[in-house]
Amino acid sequence: MSTEASAATPTPPRVVLEGVRRSFGGVAVLRGVDVTIAAGEVLGLVGENGAGKSTLMNILGGDLQPDAGAMRVEGRAFQPRSPSDARNAGIAFVHQELTLFPNLTIAENLQLVRFPRRAGGPWINRTVSRRLAAQSLERVGLQRSPNTRVERLSAGERQLVEIARALDSDARVLILDEPTTSLGASERDRLHRLVRELRLAGLSAIYISHELHDVLRECDRIAVLRDGAVVATGSAGDFSVDSLVRHMVGREVRQLYPARRSSPALEPVLELRDVTRRGVVRGITFTVHRGEIVGIFGLMGAGRSELTRVIFGLDRHTSGEILLQGASLRGGPWQRIARGLALVTEDRRLDGLCLEASVADNLALASLRTLSRPPLGILHRTAVDAAVRQIGADVRLTGTADLEAPVARLSGGNQQKVVLGKWLLTRPRVLVLDEPTRGIDVGARAEIYQLLQRLADSGTGLLVVSSDLDELMGISDRILVMRHGDISGSFEPGSLERERLLRAALPASVA
Amino acid sequence: MNVRELKTALNYDVDATERQRRLTRQALGAAPVVLFVLVVCIVGLQSERFVTRETAVQIMAQAAPTVVVAVGMTFVLLTAGVDLSVGALMFVGAGLAGHLAVAGWPLGLAAGVMVAVGVAGGFVNSVLVTRLGLMPFVATLAMLYIGRGAGRWITETRAINLPESFLVLGASSWLGVPTVAWIASAVAVAGQLVLSSTPFGRQLYALGANAEAARKVGVNTARVTAAVYIVSGACAGLGGLLALSQLGAVSPRFGELYEFDAITAAVLGGTSLYGGHGRVLPGTVLGALLLKTVFSALVSVQANPYLYPLITAAIIFTAVLVDTLRTRLAD
Repeated sequence: MSTEASAATPTPPRVVLEGVRRSFGGVAVLRGVDVTIAAGEVLGLVGENGAGKSTLMNILGGDLQPDAGAMRVEGRAFQPRSPSDARNAGIAFVHQELTLFPNLTIAENLQLVRFPRRAGGPWINRTVSRRLAAQSLERVGLQRSPNTRVERLSAGERQLVEIARALDSDARVLILDEPTTSLGASERDRLHRLVRELRLAGLSAIYISHELHDVLRECDRIAVLRDGAVVATGSAGDFSVDSLVRHMVGREVRQLYPARRSSPALEPVLELRDVTRRGVVRGITFTVHRGEIVGIFGLMGAGRSELTRVIFGLDRHTSGEILLQGASLRGGPWQRIARGLALVTEDRRLDGLCLEASVADNLALASLRTLSRPPLGILHRTAVDAAVRQIGADVRLTGTADLEAPVARLSGGNQQKVVLGKWLLTRPRVLVLDEPTRGIDVGARAEIYQLLQRLADSGTGLLVVSSDLDELMGISDRILVMRHGDISGSFEPGSLERERLLRAALPASVA
Repeated sequence: MNVRELKTALNYDVDATERQRRLTRQALGAAPVVLFVLVVCIVGLQSERFVTRETAVQIMAQAAPTVVVAVGMTFVLLTAGVDLSVGALMFVGAGLAGHLAVAGWPLGLAAGVMVAVGVAGGFVNSVLVTRLGLMPFVATLAMLYIGRGAGRWITETRAINLPESFLVLGASSWLGVPTVAWIASAVAVAGQLVLSSTPFGRQLYALGANAEAARKVGVNTARVTAAVYIVSGACAGLGGLLALSQLGAVSPRFGELYEFDAITAAVLGGTSLYGGHGRVLPGTVLGALLLKTVFSALVSVQANPYLYPLITAAIIFTAVLVDTLRTRLAD
């Protein structure tokens, strides 16, 4: 007598994302992302900075709400309102910056909200706690006593504890965000072995990394994110480093960038000679000429922002020389501003603007000394007002007839224009910009590019740091690529090919 | 290559630096103990009346109220908060209890009232901080002024002299140790047990280390924060009782500056103003004893009384400096 085995119900995919969209202040970051992850599968997620990886994972992890789209976990609708919701549904996010408490022990970290107690009283049962913690540690292969304080663990060990914590809460999907950045080679191997074991036990994982070799080796399938959408997906065997890079990079240049009118002079205006700051940047040498726009490309952690801080005098360099118009640059930011240097920082809300102050006050901020009258240094009010109004017009601040309004109310684009206006008022010889168009809509971006162009045409030397390759290619005369604290390549006009630039930026093991 | 390999490649010795930092941090942590031993030795050599049992008993009795208040303060400091109102709460409680005692109420009930006033004040602080979201400094400073005002109103700015029965508590001892010191020890032990062996205590440390992460992991941060202010208030009430039983009177300046003594004792004992680090035992208790020993020492060598505020300032400054250095090394 044969009984036909009932047709196995196909297991629904572990995670499904359909048409996920998300914008920030009018700028679309995710434009309809579709991703599927099967049970026991490791999906690699790659893409340039700004492609939308973090936003997508934050949505999956419950930290952000999508504007549109649907998510399903194990067949059930998934709409987390908080990280706790996501965790309860089995999504465990292991962030790049770990969220363990260094002043507590491993066991305490693992059991912070579910300590075993003695006989129903308030006291923690340390024996049971230690036993349970030891079991959790065994699952991830960490051979440390559960009573060890987390502050004594290495980065790799802490990461294992985080994973143990995720497994303790019955994670079904593990999201690993750049998991190997702080790991040594052996710890990296240990992590990969663990992921393989967990996968065999049925756990799914999302592996986000720039280490493309690791992604190709450890993942079953790969999805490439570009400009907020998945442009390529397939099994890992179908990809190579080359094809991944090509997918990450290829896109049409939008008609955003104004044509250059004058070509740069030969006179150097900013020179860096073998500039080193221990632990941050090494042997940086390059020159910016009058009227030239030099772009600096690189991934996060390459040392670009740190370099701008060294140039501006916020951090001291340990060796090498920086020259402005042939004379050595010394001293702190104020002395350098007086010599004609200006810096537009990466995060205008953090250290570029005084948010509660008015537009006018922000515009005048770097020029107060020049606008004040000796001997008492009292501000010449009429001069200030005139200067501020003029510069406001120069940078084309839109819709702000009211220069007295607090700058916090302006749009991102207008805020950035205020920052630029502040510096333009100081008539800089060299303007350094770090991510000048981050979080700004297309319209304002075009205007800012035109502004930069005009500046260069009038003789100012510009140094533009950016993660946006298109932007750099659109406005720069020359592009330097930084990788791991030094310059890995210099690309002259004519040889500005996107793929070569990206390769120069990727970790050496990949490129 | 990754961050660690990068730093090594750029001649940045990661491991040695970390080890060095840890050792320096531990050395800084031992500073109060070293200071204590130093003070006792120096003064002991100068005045033979100092290192005696009488002095020790005296210091224990004087330190008792401070210890109790400092235990409560330790809880608050662990969350990176502060409670500036403890002295004022002591005053209000003492004023109320004083009137009741003079009107014939027994010691036990009056004592209960003092603690209740402390709890009530702490509750108000907790609401201000967790519900209204006020900065602890601001909220408890406001309570300080309200408390001082209320206390002066209750006592009509006149001293209240308490009946004999109250002084018994302050004057008695058991096995050679003053009763108030026993009570303070019990509070310290209880406080340390709660901190090290209850989920609430451990969550407290987590909150102090990283409030946002604690919330994300599921700790009820509002409830934990509210609780510490109530604990601090209760300790203020109890500390006030111990102080009252020794002084025998409620003057308009009762409890003044207790908050700073409590904070100094805690910070000297290793509690960080930035939250997340600190112990009641041995830390805060040791800090309180150190503070009172220094003052006893000053009296013993008949130092110029005008120097006292300067010495206090120097001690507070040193304590906070050590704390800041220790915290910075931890990053």
